[in-house]
Amino acid sequence: MRLLGKQEIEDIAVGAALLGTGGGGDPYVGKLMALQAIEEFGPIPLLSVDEVPEDALVVSSGMMGAPTVLVEKVPSGHEAKVAFQTLEKYLEKKVFATFPIEAGGVNSMLPLALAAQLGLPVVDVDGMGRAFPELQMVTFYLDGISATPMVIADEKGNVTLLNTIDNLWAERIARSATVQKGGSVMFAIYPMTGKNLKESGIHNILRLEEEIGRSIRLAKENNRDPIEEILQLTNGFELFRGKVVDVNRKTETGFARGTAKIEGLEKYKGETLELRFQNEHLLAKTEDRLLCVTPDLIAVLDSETGLPITTEGLRYGARTVVIGIPCNPKWRTPKGIETCGPAYFGYDVEYTPVEELVKKGATMK
Amino acid sequence: MSYRIGIDVGGTHTDAVLLDEKYQVISETKTPTTADVSTGIYKAMREVIGKSGVPREKIRYAMLGTTHCTNAIVERKRLNKVAVIRIGAPATLAVKPLVGVPDDLRSHLEKYVYIVRGGHEFDGREIAPLDVEHLYRIANEIKGKVDSVAITSVFSPVSKDHELKAAEIIREVLGSGVAISLSHEIGSIGLLERENATILNAAVVNVAKTAAEGFINALKAEGINAKVFFGQNDGTLMNVEYAIKYPILTISCGPTNSIRGASYLAQLSNALVVDVGGTTTDIGVLIHSFPRESSLAVEIGGVRTNFRMPDLVSIGLGGGTIIRIHQDGSFTIGPDSVGYKLPEKGMVFGGDTLTATDVVVALGKAKIGDPQKVAHLDKELLNRIYHQMVEMVEEAIDKMKTSADPVPVILVGGGSVLLPDKLKGASKVIRPDHFGVANAIGAAIAQVSGQVERVFALDELGREKTLELAKKMAIDEAIKAGANPETIEIVDMEDVPLAYLPGNAARVRVKAAGVLSAS
Repeated sequence: MRLLGKQEIEDIAVGAALLGTGGGGDPYVGKLMALQAIEEFGPIPLLSVDEVPEDALVVSSGMMGAPTVLVEKVPSGHEAKVAFQTLEKYLEKKVFATFPIEAGGVNSMLPLALAAQLGLPVVDVDGMGRAFPELQMVTFYLDGISATPMVIADEKGNVTLLNTIDNLWAERIARSATVQKGGSVMFAIYPMTGKNLKESGIHNILRLEEEIGRSIRLAKENNRDPIEEILQLTNGFELFRGKVVDVNRKTETGFARGTAKIEGLEKYKGETLELRFQNEHLLAKTEDRLLCVTPDLIAVLDSETGLPITTEGLRYGARTVVIGIPCNPKWRTPKGIETCGPAYFGYDVEYTPVEELVKKGATMK
Repeated sequence: MSYRIGIDVGGTHTDAVLLDEKYQVISETKTPTTADVSTGIYKAMREVIGKSGVPREKIRYAMLGTTHCTNAIVERKRLNKVAVIRIGAPATLAVKPLVGVPDDLRSHLEKYVYIVRGGHEFDGREIAPLDVEHLYRIANEIKGKVDSVAITSVFSPVSKDHELKAAEIIREVLGSGVAISLSHEIGSIGLLERENATILNAAVVNVAKTAAEGFINALKAEGINAKVFFGQNDGTLMNVEYAIKYPILTISCGPTNSIRGASYLAQLSNALVVDVGGTTTDIGVLIHSFPRESSLAVEIGGVRTNFRMPDLVSIGLGGGTIIRIHQDGSFTIGPDSVGYKLPEKGMVFGGDTLTATDVVVALGKAKIGDPQKVAHLDKELLNRIYHQMVEMVEEAIDKMKTSADPVPVILVGGGSVLLPDKLKGASKVIRPDHFGVANAIGAAIAQVSGQVERVFALDELGREKTLELAKKMAIDEAIKAGANPETIEIVDMEDVPLAYLPGNAARVRVKAAGVLSAS
C-alpha cells in the first residue's frame, strides 16, 4: 500500500490523458474532486492487486451521462457513498475497495476522489488499460463478468439499483434513468471478488500513468526530450513525426468520428500519416502500410512538451509525435479483437500487433 | 465634424489616436506604459489631443483599452473584499469554490465562501428550491465586511432565476453600495470556470471604477466632455456603467484591438495579423473582421476561466529582443527583451545591447537610429540571425493557419519593421499606414455588441425558429449596449448539439454587433 497526494494526482491526470489515446473526456473536474478530497480527507491509499483478499468485494465507480452536464452540475460527492451503501445492502457484504473502469479521461480520476470520500482504498487496476467508448469494452466482459448489479445515484439522493439480464439492458435502462436524474449520475458497477479482479483486470495501470505524468513533468523542468522516456515506460514505438495538415470531423451516432492527415518531418519527410479516430485514435497508416490499429494504443503527443493531444485538440499546424503502444494481451484474444478490434469500428484491416507492424516496416525500408 | 479618441495600453507602449467621423487618422502618439497604467494613459491622451489641433468640444467619444484589471489580478493587488456565493447544493459540493486557484490568490478571496441549496438542471427544472433563509443569514453575516459579491448558480445560462433572487436579497440587506456580479452575465456553461470568472470580476470592481473615474476626470481637466467606452476581449465596446459592473470583460482587449485595427487599416476582413511589439510577436486570425476565438480554456493570473479570448500564438521576438552571440559563432534570439528601454540600450541608439532592431538596421533593412554604430558587425552572421528571426515568424504563421493555402498577412505594431515584404505561407504582405498604432485605432473604431449563449431544446420550436429567437435575443442585447439598431449584424452564430441529452438539446451562441448609436 502507498499513499497518493496532490502531486501524484496531477501526474496521474497527465498519464491518463496519454493512455486515453485522444478520447475519454476532459479529466479536469475529476482531478479537482480528487484534489479537494485529499485536502479534506488526506492522501488516498493505493493497493496493488495482490493486496486484495481473494474473497473481498471490489466495485468500480465513475460517472455516466453527458460530460457537458458534469462540468456544470458538479457532483456532490455524496452520490457514490449512497450508491456503495445500496450495493452493500443488496449484496449483504462490505465493499473492500474501488477501482477505475478505464484508464483515460474523467473516469480515471473519479474513483480516486470517491475513495477518499468513502474512506476506501483504490486498487491499482482497470478494465481497459486505455479508453474505449462503450461499457462492454472492458476486460471483465471478456471473462463473462456482469456489469450488474449496478447502482446509479444522483446528488438529490435518488438511487436506482439495476439487475439486468445482460450488459446491453443495463446500459439502456441506466441511460434513460440518467436523463431523468438531470443528465449526469455517479455509478457503482462491475461488483466482483478480489480473485476476479486479479484475473480479469489490467494491473499497475495507475502506477504507469503516474510514471508517464512524472517523466513529462520532469522533462519539462529539466529541458529534456520526454518522448524517449515515454516509449521506455510504455514499451511503445515511435511511429511518426510530423505536422497536422488536415483534420476532417463529423459527429455520427454520438461519436466524434474523423480523420487527420499528418505530413512527415525529419526522417519521415515525404510521407503522410493518416490517423482515424472515433472518440479515440484507432488507426494510423501511411499510403503504403498500416502502422498501428486498435486495440493497440495510438497516442498523439506534442513534439515539444510530450503532452498528449486529444482528438478535439488536433489542429492544423500542430507539431506531433505519434506513438504506438502494445495493448494488454487480454485484448489480443479472438474475443478481445471481436469486441474492440478494427472490424468492430468499421475499419477494413486485419488486426496485427504493433510490434510486428513496426518490424515489417523496418525490413521494408 | 465630430472626433473620437482611441487609447490602447500595451506591455511596452501606450498608444493613442484621434480620428474624425470618417475614421481618418488626425493624429497619433506613443508613450511608454507606466507602472500605474493611468499616468501613461493621461499623457498619451494629452499628446494626441495637442497634436491634432481639433476643438476640444468636438471630441465626442473616448475609447479605452486598458490593462488595469489584468494587472490587478496578476499582481494580486488592490482587489475588492469579496464574498463568494454558489447556488447548487446538494450538487457541486465535491469541488468547492476556488479549488484549483493558485494559493496566493485564493488566500485573498476565500474568507467568505458559501454554497446554498438551489440551482437548475440542464432542462430548467430546479435541482432544489432556492434556500432563501440561508441567503438572508449569509447577507447579515457579510454585511459591512465585504464590498463585492460574486453569485454563481448551477445552469444559470439556462435559468437565471436563482441568481436574480439571490442578488435581490443581498441588495436588500447590504444596500446599494455593494457590487454584485452575476455569473450568467459573465460566462457560459462550465460551472467552475464561470464561477472563477465571476469571482475575479467581483475582485476588480474597485480597480475598474477608479480607472474609469480617473480617465473621465482627466478628460474633463482637458475640457473634454466625451462619452467614455471600454474595449472588451471580443473587440466590442461597453459603456462605463457596464464596464464597472463587468470589468473582467476588459481582460485581453489589447490583442483584439490590434487585430481589429489591422483589419480596418488594410480593409480586409479575412487575413492573418502579425503584431510585432517591443518584446513579443502576437499572431492572430481575422475572420469576418473579428478575431478567431480560442477553443481552449483561458487562464487569467493562473485561474482557469471559460472566457473566449482571441486565439493567439505569441513568440519571443520584438524590436527589443536581445541577441546573444557566443564564442563559437552560434547565437540565441531572446526570449528576453530590453522592452521600453530600447532607445537607451539598443546599439543604434548608442547603447551596448545587441537587439533585433540593431540586426535589421545593420543589414540596411530599416533606418532607425545611427547605422554607423552597428556597421562593424559581421554581416554574414547577422544574415543568419535575420533568417532565423523570419523563420520563427513563418513557423508561427503556419501554426495559425487552418489550411495549407497561402493567406494575406497584415503586419502591424512598432516592431513590424523587423519583417520582410515576403513571408512563407503569405499570399501577400500588407503594411498599412499607421501600422504602429493599429491597436489604438482598433479601440477607437470598435462596435458595440450583444451576445446570448444558452442551452435550448431544439425539439420545442425546431432548429430554425430557435436560432431566430436566439438572434433576436442577441440583437436586443446589442441595442441595450448602445448599438444603432439599423447597423446591427449577426457576427457569430454557433449551435452545438449536446451528446447524451434528450429533446435534441443544443448549446446556441449568437453575437450581434453594430455601430455606436449617435445619440
